[in-house]
Amino acid sequence: MTDISARPLRPARRRSSKWAQKLAPYFFLAPFLALFIVFLVVPLFYALQLSFFRETMVGGIRFVGLDNYGKALTDQKFWDGVLLLLRYGLFQLPVMLGAALLLALILDSGMLWARAFFRLGLFLPYAVPTVIAALIWGYLYGPSFGPMTQVADYFGLPRPDLFNAQTMLYAIANISIWEHVGYFMIIYFAALQAIPADFEEAAVVSGARAWQYVIYVKLPLIRGTILVTVIFATIGALQLFAEPYLLEALAPAVITSSYTPNIYAYNLAFVNQDYNYSAAISFVLGAVVAVVSYVFQLVSTRREGK
Amino acid sequence: MAIVGKTSSSRSFRVSRNMLTALMVLFILYSFAPIVYVLLSSTKSNADLFTTFGFWFGNSFALWDNLQLVFAYQNSIFSTWLWNSFVYSTTIAVGAALLSTWAAYAFSKYEFRGKKAIFATVLGAVMIPQTALVVPLFLLVTSMGLVNTPWAFILPSMVSPFGVYLMKSYIDESVPSELIDAARVDGASEFRIFWSIAFRLMAPGFSTVVLLNFVWSWNNYFLPLVVLSSSNTLPVTVGLAQWYKLGGGAGGAILYSIVLTGAVVSIVPVVILFLFMQRYWLGGLTTGSVKA
Repeated sequence: MTDISARPLRPARRRSSKWAQKLAPYFFLAPFLALFIVFLVVPLFYALQLSFFRETMVGGIRFVGLDNYGKALTDQKFWDGVLLLLRYGLFQLPVMLGAALLLALILDSGMLWARAFFRLGLFLPYAVPTVIAALIWGYLYGPSFGPMTQVADYFGLPRPDLFNAQTMLYAIANISIWEHVGYFMIIYFAALQAIPADFEEAAVVSGARAWQYVIYVKLPLIRGTILVTVIFATIGALQLFAEPYLLEALAPAVITSSYTPNIYAYNLAFVNQDYNYSAAISFVLGAVVAVVSYVFQLVSTRREGK
Repeated sequence: MAIVGKTSSSRSFRVSRNMLTALMVLFILYSFAPIVYVLLSSTKSNADLFTTFGFWFGNSFALWDNLQLVFAYQNSIFSTWLWNSFVYSTTIAVGAALLSTWAAYAFSKYEFRGKKAIFATVLGAVMIPQTALVVPLFLLVTSMGLVNTPWAFILPSMVSPFGVYLMKSYIDESVPSELIDAARVDGASEFRIFWSIAFRLMAPGFSTVVLLNFVWSWNNYFLPLVVLSSSNTLPVTVGLAQWYKLGGGAGGAILYSIVLTGAVVSIVPVVILFLFMQRYWLGGLTTGSVKA
């Protein structure tokens, strides 16, 4: 403290810097917060507000309270989309995350040739834009000159029909799995790599087998990461849009204007110009996402507590 | 790290290693097949697409012709789309990274009123599905007169709560508070401290956020699809998808070669970025999720 008194200018400067220190965070935060409010918070509340109104031919725009939500609850098209997402999710999520976990465990096991190559190669599809992935797979599936058809024809087998009402869902799920499996693998791999080597030594000493080590030690240790990926993958699945929207060109009879809730919301807004009802649908979907994330977190923290 | 109880010299280790490697090769084939297919297809004439096997070269090597077709089709609109994608993605990436970094720096290195509440709100926003916002966002940019201008895509995309989260964890680790205090004692202003001391230390994290945002905006489809409508404002994803949808109907078979070759051209920039900037990608994607 003596050196401060040795320099007389210091106290004055310090006072001004205290002020600067108080104000600076607001300056740093302001640009982000401004855009955050305008382009995220405002639209959110705007959507909520929109969903309480309805535009009619004669009466103009009027307040209808929860009517749009009531309509959504009994809207067969909306619930068909929700049901489809449910079937999609029950297939896509376990396959994608299971494969990603398996791949990460193999990478992490150290029993692999050319590990860096595999890690990079499996992640490569993530760099391909979703629409481009969808259209490439669309050609691969395609009945006119797709390689699958070519192979079937060559061997005299019946052509695979990937575009009927039953198979379309899996055709779409495959595109999304192809794109994201490497991404989730990278996340699991990083979590696995963070497990200290001592755990393995202890497992060796106690005579554990490899699979026992994986199931009783590794997986419980990366539970938090698995939970996060389940939430992210669920949010992604609920927003399904680009893949079916693109494939609609190939199978317009299967992929209807309400195939997924998101496609429905899009068509309601931009084809039917029914922004109010569209907002209500989006909001119900958003609420489902919020509830799903919340329930996952709740379940996980409960278990952790025990 | 080897699997428990097996040493690298044992026979069972070698057998397992070969089996696991074989399994990985199968997955790699799955990963590469569509990319190989689209690369091969871009070298084929339209006739060869129908008459030759998809996973091998055609009778002619028509890559240059196809490229000319792509860039000439509809008055060379494709080069405009590519340029748009480049400009939008660069602006969004740098803008989002700057905004996120400033905000994260405030959260990481300062105490201020409402800090906890604001940070919690920003974190919560990571969970909001973007698509729930697209319709109201469209109406909002319409009322602001921004619809069908680049800003309608750029400004909303600059809001990256995930970037804030990522940068905050990075700054927490890489910028020591003692260093900032020391600079204050020396009389440096808060902004000078940020730019000449802190920013240098967080540069790797900043690059990661720039890269991730560049790739995300390059790959984005839904938002530009909704807020941009005239052909010369579209990014390449939306434009190409439009051609694809045309080709699916009665648009004519000529579009097949064009779309396939266009797809190759449009993924080249992201794939190059991805290969050369691996370290930044991997770091950024794993930071948030492993800790959580």
